[in-house]
Amino acid sequence: MKSAESHFQFVTASYLTRIGDQKATTLAELGEGLKDSSDASVFYHTFQTLGRHHFLTEGFSNDFAQWVLASCNRAELAEQLASLDIRDYLSLAELRTDLHRIVTEYCATYPAYAGQVAFEPFYFCDAIEVAVPLGVEARTLEEFRRGLERLSHAAFHYHFVASRLRLHLRTNDFSLWLETSLGLSALAQRVNRIDIYTNTLESARVKLAALVDEEAAR
Amino acid sequence: MSTTMPIPRLIHLDDYISVLGEPEVAELRALAARLHGRTVQMVNSTAVGGGVAEILNRLVPILQELGLAIRWDVIRGGSDFFEITKAFHNALHGGSYDMPPESFDVFLGYNEQNLGRLQMEGEFTVIHDPQPVALIKARADRWGHWIWRCHIDLSRPNPTVWKFLEPWVDRYDGTIFSSPEFSRQLSIPQYLFYPCIDPLAEKNRELEPEFVRAVLERFQIDPGRPILTQISRFDRLKDPVGVVRAYRLVKRYFDCQLVLAGGGASDDPEGEAVLAEVREVAQGDTDIHILNLPPWSATEINALQRGSTIVIQKSLREGFGLTVTEALWKRKPVVASAVGGIPAQVIHKHTGMLAHSVEGAAYQIRFLLSNPAIATKLAEQGHEHVREHFLITSNAKRYLTLFLHLAGSF
Repeated sequence: MKSAESHFQFVTASYLTRIGDQKATTLAELGEGLKDSSDASVFYHTFQTLGRHHFLTEGFSNDFAQWVLASCNRAELAEQLASLDIRDYLSLAELRTDLHRIVTEYCATYPAYAGQVAFEPFYFCDAIEVAVPLGVEARTLEEFRRGLERLSHAAFHYHFVASRLRLHLRTNDFSLWLETSLGLSALAQRVNRIDIYTNTLESARVKLAALVDEEAAR
Repeated sequence: MSTTMPIPRLIHLDDYISVLGEPEVAELRALAARLHGRTVQMVNSTAVGGGVAEILNRLVPILQELGLAIRWDVIRGGSDFFEITKAFHNALHGGSYDMPPESFDVFLGYNEQNLGRLQMEGEFTVIHDPQPVALIKARADRWGHWIWRCHIDLSRPNPTVWKFLEPWVDRYDGTIFSSPEFSRQLSIPQYLFYPCIDPLAEKNRELEPEFVRAVLERFQIDPGRPILTQISRFDRLKDPVGVVRAYRLVKRYFDCQLVLAGGGASDDPEGEAVLAEVREVAQGDTDIHILNLPPWSATEINALQRGSTIVIQKSLREGFGLTVTEALWKRKPVVASAVGGIPAQVIHKHTGMLAHSVEGAAYQIRFLLSNPAIATKLAEQGHEHVREHFLITSNAKRYLTLFLHLAGSF
C-alpha cells in the first residue's frame, strides 16, 4: 500500500449564521441586494445552502432560486438562477456577478414583475466559518477510506464542496490529495465527477467510498 | 435572590448517536475540544415552564458533558417585577404598554438586586430575553463576551419599551434571534439560532404503533380513515375556525377526520371563547374531534401527531412554530401557513406545502391525500431538515461555533 508524503487531515467546519441589514421584498430589491452583497453572503446563500439542504435532490439549488419560486412565483427566473452550477465558480465575485446579471436582465425584460411584492421577504444573511481538525489523518488509501467513515455531513461538505473556493481549482480536497499525494489521477477524476446536486452528502460519501474500494481492489 | 440551577442529567450525549449517527456526535466533541474548561454562564428568568427553560434543561447538560464549565442561573423577582416583564413581553410583540413610567425603575432595581447576588464570571455570558437584560451592567469592570439571546419576535416592538431596552442591548457583543424576521437593525452583530426540539423528550420520542392506536381509539378517532390534525392553543391567531373550513372543503372529496388538539382554554378567557366558537362551528360533525388537553399531555400529543395522516398549522401569525418542527420530525406531511418561522421549516414542495388561504390549505391537503408517494417523500425530507437544523444538538453546535468565533480559538 503506497504511503503519501503529505497526509490528508480530515477537518470539519461549522457555520455561524449572521443576519444582515439588507432584505428584499421585490425582484428589483433582490437585484440591488445582490449587487452590494458580501462574499460571505453569496457563500451562505449558494455553497452553504447546498450543504444545509443536501437531502433535497430534486430542484433545490440555492436560496435565491427558491425564494423567487416560492415567494415571487416566477418559475422562469427561478430556473435560470437554479441552473447556476457552483462547481463552475472559483470565486464568489464571479458567482455574484452572474446572479446579479440574471436578476437585473429579468427585471428589465419584465418590468411589471420587478416591483411586485413577494409573499415573504428575502433576508440576506452570511456565514462565518469555523473549521477544526477532527483528529483523523490518512497517509494511505486504506486510512483515507477509514477516515471517510468518520465524516459528518459538514466535514464532507467542507472537503468536497466548499474546498473549491479555498483551492481556486475545479477540484476538491479529496481529489487533489488522491492525485498529488498518491498519484491516483484516474480515481481523483472519478471522485470529482460525483454530482452534488443529484446526491445527498451521504449518498455522495457512499459513492466516494465505493470508488476508493474499487481502486483498492485493483 | 437568584438561583444557580443544579444541572439535570438524565440523557447523555451518546444517547443521540441513535438519532444523529456517530460522526455528528464526534463533530460536536471536536468543536468542543478547543473550549475545554472554558466558562459559560446562562441566565434566564425561570427554571421550569416555557420554551427557554425547556431548552436550557437539555442544552446545559450537553455543553457540560462536552467539557465546558457551564452554569445556569435563574434571576428572581417579586410579582411586581414579573407583571412588568409580562407587560414588556406583550409590548415587544407590538401591544400597548400601560404600566406607569416608574415601572422601568422597578425593573432596573430588580436587575440590580440580582446583580448583587449573582457571580457573573463566565468567559461567555448568555442572557436570555429581556428580564435580565440589564445584568450587562456587571460588565463594566469585567472581561469576557456577552450575548443577548432574544427568543421573542422584535420586528414590531412598542416604541416606549424598545426605547428603554435598546441602550442595554447595544452594550452586548452580539444578539441571537430565532428568525431573520424577528430581528431588528442594531449596531451589534445579530446571529441566527433556530429554536429546537429534543428528539428524546417525551413529546418527540418514538412510540409503539399499538400505543398510538390506543390513544386514537381513546379519543374515538378512527385510525382507518385519513386524520388531519392541528395541534395548537385555542387562539384566534392559530385560526382553528379556518382549519374547520379547510377540512370541509377537503371532506367533499375525502372521507377524512379533523383533530384540533391543544390546551390553554382553561386558564385563558379568550381561549375559552375561541374554544366555544370552534365547537359551535363544528357542531353536528362527529368526524371533528376537539380536544382541550391538560398541560401534562406530551405523550398524547406525540401519539396524535404520529397517528395523523397530515398535520396542519394554519396560523395567521406565528412565532417559530415548534409544533411544525415536531410534526416534521415524526415524518408527517405538513400543510402550513407561510408566516413567522414556518417557511424556514416548510420549504414549499420540498419539506411540506405552504398555503396562504383556507382554499389554498384545502387544495394542498387534497393534493397530498391524492398523492401519498409525494406526501411520504416530503415527510422524509422534512424529517431530514429537522435532523440537520432544528434539534437540540444543532443548537449546542451553534453555541460552540459562536464561542469559538468570539474567542478566536480556531
